[in-house]
Amino acid sequence: MSAKSRLIGCDNGKRPKTSIMLPGTNVKTLDRVVVRFSGDSGDGMQLAGNIFSNVNAGEGSQISTFPDYPAEIRAPQGSLSGVSGFQVNVGKGVHTPGDEADVLVAMNPAALKTNLKFLKPGGIIICDVDTFRPADLKKALYATDDPVTELGIDPNRIMLVPMTTLLKNALADSGMDPKAVLKCKNMLALGLICWLFDMPVESVLRKLEKKFAKKPAVYEANAKVVQAGWDYGHNTHSSMPTYRIETDATNPGIYTDVNGNTATAWGLIMASEKSGRPLFLGSYPITPATDILHELAKRKDLGVKACQMEDEIAGVCSAIGASYGGSLAVTSTSGPGLALKSEGIGLAVMAELPLVVIDVQRGGPSTGLPTKTEQTDLMQALYGRNGESPLCVLAACSPTDCFDMAFEASRIALEHMTPVILLTDAFIANGSSAWRIPEASEYPDIKPHYVDQERIANGWKPFDRDENNVRYWAIPGTEGAMHRVGGLEKDIKTSVISTDGRNHEEMVKIRREKVARIANDIPELKVMGQPDADTILVGWGGTYGHLLTATKELNDEGIDIALAQFKYINPLPANALDVLRKYKNIIVAELNTGMFADYLQMHLPGKEILRINKIEGQPFMVREIVDGVKRHINK
Amino acid sequence: METNMTHTCPQTFTPGDFKNEQSVRWCPGCGDHAILNVLHKAMAELGVAPKDTAVVSGIGCSSRLPYYMNTYGMHTIHGRAAAIATGLKTARPDITVWQVSGDGDGLAIGGNHFIHAVRRNIDINILLFNNKIYGLTKGQYSPTSDRGAVTKSSPYGTTEDPFIPAELVFGARGQFFARSIDIALDTTKEIMVAAARHKGTSVVEVLQNCVIFNNGSHSFLSDKDKRDEHTIHLRAGEKMLFGKNMEKGLVQNGFLLKAVTVGEDGYTIDDVLVHDPHNPSNFLHQQLAMMDGHELPLAIGVIRDVESPSYETAVAQQVEEIKNKKNFSSLRDMIIKTTETWEVK
Repeated sequence: MSAKSRLIGCDNGKRPKTSIMLPGTNVKTLDRVVVRFSGDSGDGMQLAGNIFSNVNAGEGSQISTFPDYPAEIRAPQGSLSGVSGFQVNVGKGVHTPGDEADVLVAMNPAALKTNLKFLKPGGIIICDVDTFRPADLKKALYATDDPVTELGIDPNRIMLVPMTTLLKNALADSGMDPKAVLKCKNMLALGLICWLFDMPVESVLRKLEKKFAKKPAVYEANAKVVQAGWDYGHNTHSSMPTYRIETDATNPGIYTDVNGNTATAWGLIMASEKSGRPLFLGSYPITPATDILHELAKRKDLGVKACQMEDEIAGVCSAIGASYGGSLAVTSTSGPGLALKSEGIGLAVMAELPLVVIDVQRGGPSTGLPTKTEQTDLMQALYGRNGESPLCVLAACSPTDCFDMAFEASRIALEHMTPVILLTDAFIANGSSAWRIPEASEYPDIKPHYVDQERIANGWKPFDRDENNVRYWAIPGTEGAMHRVGGLEKDIKTSVISTDGRNHEEMVKIRREKVARIANDIPELKVMGQPDADTILVGWGGTYGHLLTATKELNDEGIDIALAQFKYINPLPANALDVLRKYKNIIVAELNTGMFADYLQMHLPGKEILRINKIEGQPFMVREIVDGVKRHINK
Repeated sequence: METNMTHTCPQTFTPGDFKNEQSVRWCPGCGDHAILNVLHKAMAELGVAPKDTAVVSGIGCSSRLPYYMNTYGMHTIHGRAAAIATGLKTARPDITVWQVSGDGDGLAIGGNHFIHAVRRNIDINILLFNNKIYGLTKGQYSPTSDRGAVTKSSPYGTTEDPFIPAELVFGARGQFFARSIDIALDTTKEIMVAAARHKGTSVVEVLQNCVIFNNGSHSFLSDKDKRDEHTIHLRAGEKMLFGKNMEKGLVQNGFLLKAVTVGEDGYTIDDVLVHDPHNPSNFLHQQLAMMDGHELPLAIGVIRDVESPSYETAVAQQVEEIKNKKNFSSLRDMIIKTTETWEVK
């Protein structure tokens, strides 16, 4: 059997109407396909992967992408530590970047060695055989000169393509220097993938033309190389079947491909548009959150003031100053940065100022695994401050959901006069999905909790409150509302600083109740899967795609199970505990040792909370959740 | 809510307009009382309305000051006033922002924010109350305490050298530095007004006496019988003269400064230097600021005052320029025009 015909998937045997293949070519259709591009950090794997996924998205496929990159910017070329991967899942019913790849593209022996574990049994490999030189093999710590045998790869499953030779031939007359030529190798791999998935080269060329609009020579070279890759596949293996990816009917509209960090930045801008409050970001570079700063720094074109401050503390403090000044004020960071911001966030709790804190979680503690994903900042977000310091904690569940939750964090901060911590993670921050660009009218107006002139005239005090315990916002420049806020406790009646013990206890309870009452202003928890089952699978934040896919697989296997994914952590949705109490088994799956399970346990005393945990710096695999659920149910 | 962002007609204010009814809780005899009263007067002279003025402080005795102002104000956390004031001013260039910090708040825990505010040249007025001691925590040495200072946390004397605040300011490429002593009310007011009128970060160091934990630390500069000999009041365009009868002057001695008596040792009035706070070079300013009252008199007054682009103005200008250039009507418009999109029908 040939390599490609072993490619697994839902082969319905139909021939698509619009195949570009020659008559007689065997084209199979797949529901979805996972391709993993791997190579040196500088090999341009992400660009090749993005073009592949975007071309398919343009045809109506759902897409999900996930980069897996090392902490080193440019590790030694060809070394095992320098390999980066970019995985894309395209087709119908796509909710994750896929557990394992149907096709692995490996640009050198190091990439082959480190990425083989991500290949599905029976999946195929495309590898640059020109890189199997003694020096490269040595760098990748091979013991023999035959990587295929040494790694135990079925020779029928690997296409050994002389990519470097093909590349040099294609660009022989271009006059480009050898270094520039080598930079185009990712396009050769892309050309091969195009051929394998029955995609017209023209669709790729259109993307390249746009990307290199200002560099026609670079476009020409890349276009030649894509064509060379496609031709190689076509001419060498034309009798073999290729594959066509099934598309999915989606909501009509204009779509783009967006990652979680960019979606977060845009969600904040939407909140600024809908609240009428200028957007201010105070931030400090930290992996994997920096792209939020990058995006908002670009958005001066929409009036955003994004300031790179001298440290994490100045990031949050400048935002607090901007908040007092009337901005929608935001600081973005990752775990270690959140730790540094704790005291500042406590000030915003005490001064009751609107503030949005974005924490893109990464592997910890300390510097930990800076480029990898985890859900281990939950307790820090909930409790990581001195004193009784309640605030609202939210979590986004997918790259595109980052937009909605950034909007929601801003809405709650401005309408409830509180800091809000939004937890995302490296997986959804760097991963991307196709996203329908919304109209502003699809989002509600945000109504900041301003003090009005009538209230000022009637003797307003800065810590007067409405029925939800929310104080009123008076912005500098407002006549008659000059007031001081600060970290000291205030008298409940006069708003003047007070050290009275009883007053303090009252104020602590008022601030706690203010946050608790946000529960009345957020959506109820929805149960997915089979709501009437005995068992409910529970997750929070960025694991949604994996939990949803696992639930579907379990249900398809005849195992009844419901699913609840929490996006509102503090307060919990008003119905959440009642919903959970109904189930015999509650299984919480999360990328930590059980923080959300412990949190729920606190709210559900006496109820056993079962757990599925993983702390490997990688997202769940669907299989791990499916197996975990079965293990708990069959006990 | 409507906020009035424009100053319509020029209003006049009295010091009382900037005061509130709070009883001031500093120790009797503390130098902070004098500085507070002078600040009220300086604000009245400046004529910026209380509603358009904000005072931001950190933590420490001096940082209680915002509570005694009838302006907008924030009493924040230890060391962070400069960062908070930076955010406020960047978001609201129309508000006049003052920062009040002590030597501990501003130069120890807040040292990083201090130098970066100065470097960035954000248009805030930093009042640095320097009493060379931690008062609120009851008497530990501060980063401006002299080597050997005996305090509760240095019972055998400190074994480290202090910061000279001016030297930090110049090191951070500061464009405005002025100094006064708490008892010199008119000088303090004069330099506060100058600081507020300077566009960019202004640092005003006020040597302030802590009657409880460090009483008399500045007395050799402030006592009536010593003041004239140990200090020099620098004024723009005037000769650098000091002494009871203005008989002494500062002259150049190679790359250094020297105090001479005019008419003695062959020095005439023509040899005495003229103060130019607006000179872009900070070479002479730094030498003047480093004089400590011992061999050379301590300089008070505006030592450096040089125009330079301020941060919040540059940010606002860039936002306007880019907005006009790109001319996007909305977030959606921007996304559609700048990203790769496709339509699903």
